[in-house]
Amino acid sequence: MAVVERGADEAVAAGTSRPAAVSRVFTAIAGMDWLGKAAWTCLSVGLFAGIWELLWAVGWADPQLLPPPHIFLSNFGEQGKFFNTATRWQVGNSMEGPSAFESVMITVAATTMRVFVGLVLASVLAIGVGVAVRYWHVFDKLVLPTVTLLSPVSPIAWLPVAIFLFGIGNAPAIFMVVVALFFHMVLATIAQIDGVSHNLINVARTMGASKGQIYGRVIVPAILPGMLQVLRMNLFGAWMVVLVAESTGVGYGMGQVIMLARNTFNPSLVFFTIAVIGVLGFGFDWLLRLVQRRILYWLPDTQEKLRVL
Amino acid sequence: MSFEAPHFSSRDAVVCRGIGKTWAAGTKRAHEALRDVDLDIAPGEFVVFLGPSGCGKSTLLYLIAGLEEATEGLVWSFGDLVETPSPQRSLIFQETSLFPWLTVWQNVSFGLAIRGASQQERRAVAAEALQRVGLKAAMDKRPDELSGGMRQRVAVARALAMRPKVLLMDEPFAALDVQTRARMQDFLLDVWRDSGASVLFVTHHIDEAVALAGRVVVFTSRPGRIKTIVPITLPRPRNLFSREAEALRIQLTELLRDEVDRAFAEQEAMGATA
Repeated sequence: MAVVERGADEAVAAGTSRPAAVSRVFTAIAGMDWLGKAAWTCLSVGLFAGIWELLWAVGWADPQLLPPPHIFLSNFGEQGKFFNTATRWQVGNSMEGPSAFESVMITVAATTMRVFVGLVLASVLAIGVGVAVRYWHVFDKLVLPTVTLLSPVSPIAWLPVAIFLFGIGNAPAIFMVVVALFFHMVLATIAQIDGVSHNLINVARTMGASKGQIYGRVIVPAILPGMLQVLRMNLFGAWMVVLVAESTGVGYGMGQVIMLARNTFNPSLVFFTIAVIGVLGFGFDWLLRLVQRRILYWLPDTQEKLRVL
Repeated sequence: MSFEAPHFSSRDAVVCRGIGKTWAAGTKRAHEALRDVDLDIAPGEFVVFLGPSGCGKSTLLYLIAGLEEATEGLVWSFGDLVETPSPQRSLIFQETSLFPWLTVWQNVSFGLAIRGASQQERRAVAAEALQRVGLKAAMDKRPDELSGGMRQRVAVARALAMRPKVLLMDEPFAALDVQTRARMQDFLLDVWRDSGASVLFVTHHIDEAVALAGRVVVFTSRPGRIKTIVPITLPRPRNLFSREAEALRIQLTELLRDEVDRAFAEQEAMGATA
C-alpha cells in the first residue's frame, strides 16, 4: 500500500495534470500485472464473442451456419463424442470407448504431441543447418540455394510426399510440420547470425577465441533472443500445418475432427474445434513467453518504450 | 618475402611501415582509406590519433589490432609481424561491447574462459581487474544494470585482465556526456600509468587529445595520411586552462580545419557529380 501512496504523492508533487485518484488506480493496476492481463484477455475474447452473439440475436448470423459460442460450447458431451475415433461412426453409442471428455483429451494430446515434436525437430535441424551454413563456406554454397528454392513451397504440396514416404500414422504428420517450418527457420537463423554485432565478435577475436569458440560463446548466445522470437512465430505455423497433415490418413487428431465436421456438415463441431485449437495455441505461446523471460533475462522490455508514445 | 629489412627496434610497441588500406579493392565501390602511413610507437607511450571523421584513423587501429589486413605495408608489434588479433593488443570500442548475457565478472574474465581457466582463477583475475577500475562491487551485476560510463570501465577492465602491452581505443568515450567523459579521461590516465601499456587512442575531439596525449598524430582527410605529429610536453596532471594548453588547442584546430574544409569540398564535388 505504501508504494501506492507514494506513487500518488509523487505524481501530485511533480505537478502532473493527472489527478491523484487516477494515478492511484494506475499504480494499483500495475501492481497486479497478471490479473490485469487476464482481465484484458477475457475482455478481448468476450468482445469478439459478444459481437457474434449479438449478430445471432438480431438474426444476421444463421445458427445453422455460424452458430454463436453459446450454441457450439453448450453440448460438450455431444461434441466430445466426435473426438472419439473408436465410436465416431456410431454416434450415440456412448457405452463403448472413452467418455466425451477423455476423447477430447486424447485427440488434443495427440495433436499437441505432433506439433511439439515437429517444432523441436524443425528448430534443432534448422539452427544446426543455419549455423553450419555460416560456419563452412562450402556448405553454404552447396546447401543455401536448395534451401532458398524449397522455402516457398506450400506445405500442401508436401502432403502427398508425406504419405508416399511415411504412409499413415504420426510420422507423416510430424514430417509435415518439420518440412513446413524447416526452410524458413534456416533462413531466419542465417539472418540472425548476420545481425550479430561485429564488436562482440571482434572482442572475442582480440581475446584469442577460435572460430569454434566464437560461434559457441558469442554467436549462439547472441542469436538466442531472435531465435526464440522465430520459434514463437513458427509455433503458430506448426498449429496451422498440423491440421492439414491430420486431415488425411492419420487416424485421429484435430484435423480429422475438422474433416469429419466438414463431411457431415456440422458447423458447430468446426467452431468447437477451432475454439479448442485457439486455447491450445494461446497456452503454448504463453508458455514460450515464460521460457523466453526466464532464459533471456538480459533483454530490456521494449514494450515499455512504446507505451509512453 | 621480398621487402626491405625494416629499420626499427624490436622493442617498439607498434611499428607501421608503408601502410595502405583500400576497402572493397578491385570493385566499383573501392575507396582508399589509408595511404603511406609510417609510425613508430614506444612502449608505455600515450598516442592520440586525431582527424576528421572518415579519415581512416579507426581503420589504422583495426589494422594494428590485426582484425583487418592492410592492402599495403606491414605492422609489427614488439618485433613480431601482426597477422592475427592477439590478447597483447586489446581493442576497446565506442559502443558498449559487453556480452549482455554474462555478468560483469564473467565479461571481464571472458579471455581466460577462452583459455580454459578454472572458475576460481577467473573470478580472482576479474576481481583484481575490476578493483583497478573501481567497480569491484558491481562484479555480479549484469551490463544492462550499469550506466554508460560504468560499462566502458568494465570494458577497460576486460582489456586489462588480458595484461595487454598495447591498449587500442576507438573513440571509447564518444557516447558519454561531457562531465562523465572528463572523469573517464582522468581514470584512463591512472590506468595507463599503472599498467605501463602503450595506449593508442582515436578521437576527433581536440580537447580530449590535449588532455591525454603524449603525441598527437594528426591525419589528413580521405585517404588518411599522417599530416603531422604534435608532441605534447605539458606536465601531468595537466591544467587544461593554461595558456600552453590553449595554444595547443589553437594549433590543432588550425591543423584540422584545413582537412575538414577539404573533406567538405570533396563531398560537395561528389554530390554535384552524383
